[in-house]
Amino acid sequence: MLLRHTPKEIKERKVLSVNPAKTCQPIGAMYAGLGIHGCLPHSHGSQGCCAYHRSALTRHYREPIMAATSSFTEGASVFGGQANLLQALLTIFTTYKPDVVAVHTTCLSETIGDDVNQIVKKAYKDGTIPEGKYVVHTSTPSYVGSHVTGFSNMVKSMALQLAEKTGKSNGKVNIVPGFVEPSDMAEMKRIAAMLGIESILFPDTSGILNGPMTGKFNMYPKGGVSIEELKSIGDSIGSIGLGAWASADPVRAIDSQFKVPCQVQDLPIGLLATDRFVDALRTAAGVSVPDTINQERGQLLDVISDMQPHLYGKKVAIAGDPDQVIALTEFLVTIGMKPVHIVTGTPGKAFTKRIKEVTARFGDEINVKSPSDLFHLHQLIKNEPVDLLICNTYGKYIARDEDIPFVRHGFPILDRVGHSYFPTVGYKGGLHFLEKILGALMDRTDRDAPEERFELVE
Amino acid sequence: MTSISVLKQRENQIYQKGNQPFKMECETKSLAGAVSQRACVFCGSRVVLYPIADALHLIHGPIGCASYTWDIRGAQSSGPELHRMSFSTDLSETDIIYGGEKKLKKALLELIEKYSPKAAFIYCTCIVGIIGDDVDAICRQVEDQTGIPVIAVHSEGFKGTKKDGYKAACDALFSLIERNKAPRVTLPDSINILGEFNIGGETWIIKKYYESMGVKVVSVITGDGRVEEVQQARNAALNVVQCSGSVIHLAKQMEKDYGIPYIRVSYFGIEDTSDALYQVAVFFDKNPEILKKTQDMIRKEVQAIVPRLETMKKDLEGKKAAIYVGGAFKAFSMIKALKTLGMEVVLAGSQTGTQEDYEVLRQMCNEGTVILDDSNPLELAKYSVEKDADLFIGGVKERPIAYKMGIGFCDHNHERKIPLVGFEGMVNFAKEVHGTVTSPVWDLVPRRQKPAGKEGAI
Repeated sequence: MLLRHTPKEIKERKVLSVNPAKTCQPIGAMYAGLGIHGCLPHSHGSQGCCAYHRSALTRHYREPIMAATSSFTEGASVFGGQANLLQALLTIFTTYKPDVVAVHTTCLSETIGDDVNQIVKKAYKDGTIPEGKYVVHTSTPSYVGSHVTGFSNMVKSMALQLAEKTGKSNGKVNIVPGFVEPSDMAEMKRIAAMLGIESILFPDTSGILNGPMTGKFNMYPKGGVSIEELKSIGDSIGSIGLGAWASADPVRAIDSQFKVPCQVQDLPIGLLATDRFVDALRTAAGVSVPDTINQERGQLLDVISDMQPHLYGKKVAIAGDPDQVIALTEFLVTIGMKPVHIVTGTPGKAFTKRIKEVTARFGDEINVKSPSDLFHLHQLIKNEPVDLLICNTYGKYIARDEDIPFVRHGFPILDRVGHSYFPTVGYKGGLHFLEKILGALMDRTDRDAPEERFELVE
Repeated sequence: MTSISVLKQRENQIYQKGNQPFKMECETKSLAGAVSQRACVFCGSRVVLYPIADALHLIHGPIGCASYTWDIRGAQSSGPELHRMSFSTDLSETDIIYGGEKKLKKALLELIEKYSPKAAFIYCTCIVGIIGDDVDAICRQVEDQTGIPVIAVHSEGFKGTKKDGYKAACDALFSLIERNKAPRVTLPDSINILGEFNIGGETWIIKKYYESMGVKVVSVITGDGRVEEVQQARNAALNVVQCSGSVIHLAKQMEKDYGIPYIRVSYFGIEDTSDALYQVAVFFDKNPEILKKTQDMIRKEVQAIVPRLETMKKDLEGKKAAIYVGGAFKAFSMIKALKTLGMEVVLAGSQTGTQEDYEVLRQMCNEGTVILDDSNPLELAKYSVEKDADLFIGGVKERPIAYKMGIGFCDHNHERKIPLVGFEGMVNFAKEVHGTVTSPVWDLVPRRQKPAGKEGAI
């Protein structure tokens, strides 16, 4: 009983987070930065932040995660971090030779009020940033929002600070994928390509955080969105932002700055959300949907109908990032399951509203809370047990204590592999997700079946 | 690979054993902009105090610091598991403006009421130092109100390196011991085990040795720790310090205030373990029984494992290892242990070594060995490949780098799952090293692939 300290009785907590379902902004910015080709993320703050973020991403992706730090000292905290950042940029460009550095702040540099914009301008002016190299920077105070907010801020900054409008259309569609896995990003690009659309997907960590073993340590693996592509996003014919929390701000900013019309969609997890994504691509580029896509859709629908008896009415508890959880909840409702406890750590009033919309058929039987934590989710489960838990690795304590089938999804996953190689978005991803859910449920059925009820065919 | 350049400013922190004069620059701040593997003050404090299982560990700051250190190492407990929960005041923007003191107090009172911990540690993060919350005052108030020790750990991240965090943790521990108002009684033949954190259950192995020697273990700081046990530490006759970096401050403080002498030992490898146990036995030479029991036990233990080590040694003879660890003391033991297995160390480095440490390292190593202080991934990759290492021993951030290059890896940090201390630990270590070094997987990696059409052609 790892969580024997969790009481069943739920008390309103205003001043305390227990077993968080979120982490802080900078790690999201670091992840976004890694999605540019030849980019070194840089953490403007104490050494520890950078070490923690690198460790967390390393554990999740099982890949080397490179990022530099301003190594704040007490002196920097008193006199400001300008000297540190200028020295850092000099060090980075002379030694690690990236094409671009993505600077994000931390709660420390935010609170002492470092004007990173001015420092970067100075670095451009005095030649600390070599000709043809770039620095993008964003503000990521840890005491606002969550890692998703940080991701969103960095993506918006990279778009606005690198894009140039030439006035000549490039005929491409911008896709901001949201805080998803490299496998998901690759799948989105594949779907766009099937429709015959040229897309610029950014940030793009596919190939960088799920790269091949080459026998060499390469600081800047093949993959990622290139500077050239980022420069031309202002000339695209449209933008699609997937997930309101992670992607709405960037695509709206591109819209107002460069007049590139944008659509904000849910993450394409599950049948309906993928339908909407395909439709958004179709209308943005003015193309028709090919048979190959209908084929994949039909396969997913086929498996859903085949396996419907195993899914119907099964209760699910979900925790994760808002964009992920909204799309996932809709998917579960679509296939006949009943998500009863739904929490996210990331604040945002719209979350509850959207969840209520997609779970409308269950009315008031649903518990939804934002911002919340896994302690609260555990209490909800103690009061109303569920058949399945979907959560990141931190859910394993609850799954073990309450003996619930468990599907890992989201960030971070520290004890399994596959998430960075197999997508959960798109029709194919939906199939993969469904396979995982069914596996967990049916393994449990087999495990718990009395001998006479233990059947060969399920 | 050899094209990797070394940072100019870091030239004096890298040394290759040979004829040139030896002067290692160390104990410096990391260079701003370096991809350092180091962490911060908070991280140092957190890992030292973390294993005290019946204390409340509340992190006062934005959510990130709590998220990244939630159940971060397998510091096992034989009883309560309160240390495995993650509690944070989750500071938000308004708290940064108006201060977090009220929030902290409310959270503390709520948690102490709910969990009845034996003591509470409040970790101050970067931001708390900047906004100037008077955490000490809050702690005093809550202590008066609740009657349990409530101790502020001054671990603001920017104050220095991980080492400074160790010191902050030692101050907190000493302040906990000081609160014990009972008269001091020095128990005969008794020790405290300092700097042992029970990762993989190592504390229990070491305790077992001392018990069979007839030595009483008063407290372990902090492996499988309990508040009351830590407070008894004043009554031991000797402090036996492992992982000296983390707890040496406490040992010195206890020597100064209580006159308890200390010795520095290591329990890694046959040589060092035997040496540690003998040192303790000799210290208690008024009781000759202890020395006799120690001799018998060590003889029996060594006889039991040597044949198993010899079998593995056959395969490991002449293989090359690279070591990069937190404290240099750990590196010494590791070099000896690897020698026991017939292996040669070609690279040795630490994050926090001192000039004396590196001198000892230099004397232990062979010609040509590379010695590094506060290294970074590029250097580690460069020298491991240049020296053709078969094995890399390090922590979470080094693991994927080693694997990317196709080098076997052994975790000697937070993520080790099996005990590596003592005699049985040596067998575990040998098994792990043997398993990774002799794995057929490495035959598949590019640098071991024979060019087609040469040997092996039919």
